[in-house]
Amino acid sequence: MSIQQKNQLLRFTTAGSVDDGKSTLIGRLLYDSKSIFEDQIEAVKTSSEKKGFDYVDLSLLTDGLKSEREQGITIDVAYRYFATPKRKFIIADTPGHIQYTRNMVTGASTANLAIILVDARKGLLEQTYRHSFIASLLKIPHVVVCVNKMDLVDYSEEVYNKIVADYEAFSSKLDIKDVSFVPISALKGDNVVERSKNMTWYEGSTLLYHLENVHIASDFNHIDCRFPVQMVIRPHTLEYQDFRGYAGRIDGGIFKPGDEVKVLPSGFTSKIKSIELNGTPIEEAFSPMSVTMTLEDEIDISRGDMIVRPNNQPEVTQDLEVMVCWMNQKTLQSRTKLIIKHTTKECQAMVKEIQYKVDVNTLHRIEDISQIGMNDIARVSIRTAQPIFKDAYRRNRLTGSVILIDANTNETVGAGMVI
Amino acid sequence: MGTYYLPHLKELEAEAIFVIREVVSQFEKPALLFSGGKDSIVLAHLAKKAFHPAKIPFPLIHIDTGHNFPETIAFRDALVEKLGVQLIVGSVQESIDKGRVREETGVNASRNALQTVTLLDTLEEYKIDAAMGGARRDEEKARAKERFFSHRDEFGQWDPKNQRPELWNLFNGRKHMGEHFRVFPISNWTEMDVWQYILQEQIDLPSLYFSHERDCIVRDGVILANSEYITLKPEETVERMVVRYRTCGDMPITGAVLSEANTLELIIQEVATTRTTERGTRADDKRGETAMEDRKKQGYF
Ligand SMILES: Nc1nc2c(ncn2[C@@H]2O[C@H](COP(=O)(O)OP(=O)(O)OP(=O)(O)O)[C@@H](O)[C@H]2O)c(=O)[nH]1
Ligand SMILES: [Mg+2]
Repeated sequence: MSIQQKNQLLRFTTAGSVDDGKSTLIGRLLYDSKSIFEDQIEAVKTSSEKKGFDYVDLSLLTDGLKSEREQGITIDVAYRYFATPKRKFIIADTPGHIQYTRNMVTGASTANLAIILVDARKGLLEQTYRHSFIASLLKIPHVVVCVNKMDLVDYSEEVYNKIVADYEAFSSKLDIKDVSFVPISALKGDNVVERSKNMTWYEGSTLLYHLENVHIASDFNHIDCRFPVQMVIRPHTLEYQDFRGYAGRIDGGIFKPGDEVKVLPSGFTSKIKSIELNGTPIEEAFSPMSVTMTLEDEIDISRGDMIVRPNNQPEVTQDLEVMVCWMNQKTLQSRTKLIIKHTTKECQAMVKEIQYKVDVNTLHRIEDISQIGMNDIARVSIRTAQPIFKDAYRRNRLTGSVILIDANTNETVGAGMVI
Repeated sequence: MGTYYLPHLKELEAEAIFVIREVVSQFEKPALLFSGGKDSIVLAHLAKKAFHPAKIPFPLIHIDTGHNFPETIAFRDALVEKLGVQLIVGSVQESIDKGRVREETGVNASRNALQTVTLLDTLEEYKIDAAMGGARRDEEKARAKERFFSHRDEFGQWDPKNQRPELWNLFNGRKHMGEHFRVFPISNWTEMDVWQYILQEQIDLPSLYFSHERDCIVRDGVILANSEYITLKPEETVERMVVRYRTCGDMPITGAVLSEANTLELIIQEVATTRTTERGTRADDKRGETAMEDRKKQGYF
């Protein structure tokens, strides 16, 4: 078995304003780490020539849709994959255009790290603020600010330092654990994989080195035991006559056979008889494992219920305070009815009140509003038709997140983080 | 605390099993699109693990172009038997006979595009509301854009410019009558992940994937198996070659690679050093820059 099999996955996302060079950077990262196949690079070279460019447009490696290639912008997230001897990477290259913010949120929701690009000529823009704020709301633990297009500002240390200072002034108001900065040229390759010869004044690491070495020990919660039941497995065969297994993914904590557990919402307690997958026993189950659990007692449990430990329970409530990113053309008003999805539970809900929305540039609260629109970020109070077993998003990204669905169109219209 | 982490193959497996279970929970009539290729074989393996000790609670659907490798069909039938699942076969030949589609003509004729009609007809006939496939995002640039839960309108079409946001692991499978979903549980796997997983789990594969001798022709730089489904051009000659396949589509359009690799370990070594994508050997993707997106919009896999 190769070393690679033991590597952890780092999921990262790009963010920043339109044309800051996100897709080009991903193309550069893939190209310089030799993760691009010959037929892919040939195709990109041909397309670049057809478009009359005198350089190879690496953004074409991720901008795969017809409309994206025509307009030269990213519309939806592209997922790309590469591995180095140190780590495996899943990249979500997201659009910078405000109209497609929801696709940026899609890519960012599962990321451990966000690369925020800034065009050295333009400095911080509204989308830089918005995406940084979204990254902090989503609790992406690590942010790397790449000051890009350094080739267009004569690789100036002064320009770089100014942007770093501006960003630090802004990010001190945000809740981001770890921010670092790298001056790069995505187009030319400076400080992406290879150290730049044009910026000897920069003493930090290259972007790839940073990605390979950033400490992601545990972005999962291994403390609060949470097991939302996805489905019940009942084989109805002679051999497994009485088998009743609860299938699902561990959303937090460490479960072991013999542990005393409590089932929500019924409140019944029992002991874990076995944890297994495909008949193979599992001694310790933790996030993000998918397992099948059996209990000592026959209890009525179904999808949407949650198995927890009696001494550490989530709050059971029908009232939620949520920071929501609104993602639909149709505005959201108070007293709007929606469908809410939390872990494996789905039920009716009503947005009782919009508390305030956030001005992404200043982070000030705008109060006394009656509605929010597409791409707004707001704090709302929600009443659910059934009890929800909630944790704060800050404590657990899996049991602290919800999505809101329009019951008429079935579209996902909001992403919510429980406060 | 920090010692609790999953190796990456385990994390990918857990994600795929979660998605498969979500499909069974959210839909009434799911099915697994089984091509006979390594990705759908891995998917069937994951489905088995997801529901053990119960049987896989949905049928396998094979869209049979009639141009399959004989090994694929034999393998399919043995697997279905072993898993004890229902097999539904949608036949492209039947669609042609019924006049639902017209056979392409000429030397580069292929039944690849015709499959879409047979696929959509089959899904409709069996009222399938979620069709799971083994497509991976690393295969192709349009696939790189697709969601795990990918919505299809009542004509089976994908609208790449208006996909639903997909956040965390909260999958929204709600739909109107007549619409359906395509779901891709191994979206995040790479070709290498699939091979390493096959090795780790010791999953059986059709013999095509391992080095063997075969009569081949070389057309536009692609090595194709000589078969009754292929019309030779005058200048083409048949040669005996030592080859294996990296993907397994229709016989007349799937390219082989010259290879001596006859064990999983050797294949993995080979995959680690190849410089072309696996779909680079498929003639169906070479029909223009956005060939995949165009077909997907129509309702292709
Ligand atoms: N000179 C120079 N140009 C760059 C650099 N990085 C990107 N560009 C150019 O900037 C333009 C936009 O780059 P993209 O990578 O498409 O930008 P993006 O951030 O992905 O844009 P959206 O995804 O649409 O938000 C292209 O013309 C790139 O060639 C750089 O480091 N130097
Ligand atoms: Mg882009």
